[in-house]
Amino acid sequence: MTRHVVIVGAGPAGLAAAASALRAGARVTLLDTAERPGGQYHRMLPDAYRAERNGRLHHGWARFDRLRRHVLGHPRCAWWPESAVWSLERSDPGDPAPPLVHVLRGPADGAGRDRLVLRPDALVLAPGAHDRVLPFPGWDLPGVYTAGAAQALAKGERVVVGDRVVIGGAGPFLLPVAASLIEAGSAVLAVLEANPARTVARGWGRRPWELAPQAGKAGELAEYAALLARHRVPYRTGRAVVEARGDGRVEEVVTARLRADWSVLPGTERVVAVDAACVSHGFSPQLELPAAAGCALRDTASGPFTEVDGDQLTSVPGVYAAGEITGIAGAPAARAEGLLAGWLAAGGAPAAPELRPLRRARDRARAFAGRLAAAHPIGAGWPGWLRADTVVCRCEETDFGTLCRAADDRAGGAARAVKLGTRAGLGPCQARICGPTVAELLRRRAAGAPGRPAEGLAPATPHHRPIAQPIRLGELARPPRDPHEKENTP
Amino acid sequence: MGATRVVVLGAGIIGAACARELALAGLAVTVVERGAPAAATTAHGEGNVLVSDKGPGPELDLALLSRRLWPGVLDAVAAHLPEAAAAVEWEPKGGIVVATTAGGARELERFAAAQREAGVTAEPLDAAALAAAEPHLTRDFALAVHYPGDAQVQPAGTATALLADALRAGAVLRAGCEVLGADTAGGRITAVRTSTGTIGADAVVNAAGPWSGETARRLGAPVDVRPRRGEVLVTAPMPPTVFHKVYDADYVGAVGSGAGDLQASAVVESTRAGTILLGSSRRRVGFDERIRPGVLSVIAGKALRLFPSLAGATVMRAYGGFRPYVPDHLPVIGPDPRLDGLWHATGHEGAGIGLSAGTARLLADLMLGRDPAMDPAPFRADRPAVLSEGESR
Ligand SMILES: Cc1cc2nc3c(=O)[nH]c(=O)nc-3n(C[C@H](O)[C@H](O)[C@H](O)COP(=O)(O)OP(=O)(O)OC[C@H]3O[C@@H](n4cnc5c(N)ncnc54)[C@H](O)[C@@H]3O)c2cc1C
Ligand SMILES: Cc1cc2nc3c(=O)[nH]c(=O)nc-3n(C[C@H](O)[C@H](O)[C@H](O)COP(=O)(O)OP(=O)(O)OC[C@H]3O[C@@H](n4cnc5c(N)ncnc54)[C@H](O)[C@@H]3O)c2cc1C
Repeated sequence: MTRHVVIVGAGPAGLAAAASALRAGARVTLLDTAERPGGQYHRMLPDAYRAERNGRLHHGWARFDRLRRHVLGHPRCAWWPESAVWSLERSDPGDPAPPLVHVLRGPADGAGRDRLVLRPDALVLAPGAHDRVLPFPGWDLPGVYTAGAAQALAKGERVVVGDRVVIGGAGPFLLPVAASLIEAGSAVLAVLEANPARTVARGWGRRPWELAPQAGKAGELAEYAALLARHRVPYRTGRAVVEARGDGRVEEVVTARLRADWSVLPGTERVVAVDAACVSHGFSPQLELPAAAGCALRDTASGPFTEVDGDQLTSVPGVYAAGEITGIAGAPAARAEGLLAGWLAAGGAPAAPELRPLRRARDRARAFAGRLAAAHPIGAGWPGWLRADTVVCRCEETDFGTLCRAADDRAGGAARAVKLGTRAGLGPCQARICGPTVAELLRRRAAGAPGRPAEGLAPATPHHRPIAQPIRLGELARPPRDPHEKENTP
Repeated sequence: MGATRVVVLGAGIIGAACARELALAGLAVTVVERGAPAAATTAHGEGNVLVSDKGPGPELDLALLSRRLWPGVLDAVAAHLPEAAAAVEWEPKGGIVVATTAGGARELERFAAAQREAGVTAEPLDAAALAAAEPHLTRDFALAVHYPGDAQVQPAGTATALLADALRAGAVLRAGCEVLGADTAGGRITAVRTSTGTIGADAVVNAAGPWSGETARRLGAPVDVRPRRGEVLVTAPMPPTVFHKVYDADYVGAVGSGAGDLQASAVVESTRAGTILLGSSRRRVGFDERIRPGVLSVIAGKALRLFPSLAGATVMRAYGGFRPYVPDHLPVIGPDPRLDGLWHATGHEGAGIGLSAGTARLLADLMLGRDPAMDPAPFRADRPAVLSEGESR
């Protein structure tokens, strides 16, 4: 019987997984909350805006377009756009079947989406990552964007976030964001990398675009660098946006020189007039689905990621992971992982000769991820930027002072009690934004050891979200439909 | 000679409340907690302090005692620790129980009449009064009864406040410290062995929640406390929609019953943060912590029967915990009949938050030889349901 492979996420990783699972002969259901495939990388313009220059801001557009057409048009592929996986239901202990996949289908803002359940033979998780932003005074002012959001607006909707923009944070990702904003017509005043040149150089070697050819990013980064130079946009290391100010929206930012640990060098502060600021301090993988499936996570200096073996298999039988949930290394790496995961999930031979170059590419990508993390770490000194009244959890407006007081309480300083007491992380974003920040602040302050996990207690990680996507009460109350059972009934 | 040394096992709401009473009475209290305080069952339930769901009997008596004690306990905490007391979020908002079928209404009517005999205020509401009290509630109901005595707390905040007051009174907390066994001499417990060393004790209180059975077994005196799974849904913050604790009359049946694999009854309440909590299920599945969409679906359906207009409300979170229960559905409060110096305060099932105040008072009365605040006999540890070997869960 043909194996049914369900792939969650149609970014570079998921799309590649679909292509190779189809090649290996499987029946594929590919789903994404978005209307179109492409994920974070190939953010597609809504039809109405589709300009003839669509490819211009996108790398490898033609290749992506071919892949997309091939996968979506394939007779064994069911493409489910606007489909959110809201729950993964683990099988009974000892049962090797992968989890059931619970899906809501239909526009998120429409009334009453369809509730479906899929029973795959194998599951590929490729939900990607979102950018991580550290708090600083004023980061919650209108006009301060995550770099990802700013780029999405520029790439996806051709909307510029401002005319005079400072971009700050950490990682090579700041460069494509700057490029998108310049292309879309903003004046980018500076791109600030918080890590000092020494750290960046030690991680990469002297010039990132010269030392990253393995992952196919050389040309891309060099192009961005040239673009910045052409527009006379300074790229500074060892400097960060440490405060945003303004009356009702950002009017100026304070930048400062940082020590290697990201503490501010006093006296180096500079005020820059802006009408927007974009910040990004790395990426947080979307770990709620692997966590719900019961997959083991791997702790790294830049936070937890999904643990996979050489075949992209997680610790759970039948569940594969690909792309940024296993490590941050850019779109080519995600594609290589996706190709491997899809093939193996489909039951393709692990020793197939065509896998050899893929495995090599994947291994190079992992090495690249390591360098990336080493070159652009998050310094330990950032909490020094905060003031007592700096909001840390934006949904619930919990400030730094409140969190510190709660964390210092001997009777209630542990993660779960602090969360329930201060409500940090309990709002609509469900700790996607502030979770890692709060966890880090508590880890540093709390003296008490949390002890080992107990039988029957869900781990107190910010990634534990058994409801992975919001669901309306009315949708939940309806029993789910099994699409394949229905197909068989006359 | 120093004060009597008491080791309290578990820093959930029961352990915290007991530690507080004993420390205030001048005993030298050490609280031993394998994880973090207020992080286990106490952080995975709801905060209903109910008299309405209990029929006449010892559990209702304990609930009434607790309800009388709560305001004084919280005032006493507030006197020294105002911030901690504020985090309790005490709201004496009252409960409304709704029967949606004729059969349910007859049952509820009988139940409420018996409760009134036992001293509970239970006032039937007519359609107009109900619509005024809960404008979004279904109009399609057979009987509604208002219980002004019901209240609500934020459970983890409450346990934290009680523990903070205990620490202020001299108790010591050892978190990240797991109980492994006991040292005994002449049938008497003399020390507790833990993952971080041995702690000498004249008395030990087993308040380990759903793990009380296992903990007692390690101490050499097993009790039959089992886990009963419950799940709760949380909506995104909403404008005020639900003003009391509102639940359907099926709840009455579910609490008392020991049968059935999945039971659910709607318990709907809003929190200060604007979210609405929708509880809850009752399942016997051991310590299986998987959140099952099918179970959540049943809870959602029951909640919508009460509040049809919530169909569009967004559920953003679900969580679950394990209610510690004894097969006869009564808590265990008192000395162990086999091992001198060991006491139990556990098995509160779905009511441990509300019952913690009375439990701690009663336990302290017994340990200190004071006149007990109520008859402790129904909760004694030497009853067959507690000591029977039984199935383990
Ligand atoms: C704004 C931005 C710009 C970037 N620019 C570059 C660049 O210039 N060069 C480069 O190499 N890399 C860039 N990156 C990184 C690159 O986008 C990623 O490496 C790549 O997209 C990762 O692929 P992925 O398939 O793992 O995840 P993604 O591309 O993030 O795709 C994941 C998909 O999963 C879907 N999904 C998630 N959860 C669910 C769920 N519960 N149910 C259904 N669907 C779900 C999401 O909607 C998404 O479409 C950028 C990243 C961002 C955020
Ligand atoms: C879904 C749900 C809804 C509920 N709703 C309500 C409600 O509305 N109102 C109400 O009153 N009650 C409610 N309850 C019940 C209430 O939550 C429990 O009765 C109460 O929390 C039990 O408290 P506890 O202190 O006994 O247990 P716990 O809070 O579990 O505390 C026991 C502690 O002992 C520790 N421990 C265990 N073993 C060891 C060991 N070997 N060594 C050291 N420490 C150990 C544990 O780590 C834990 O912290 C609900 C429960 C659930 C699951």
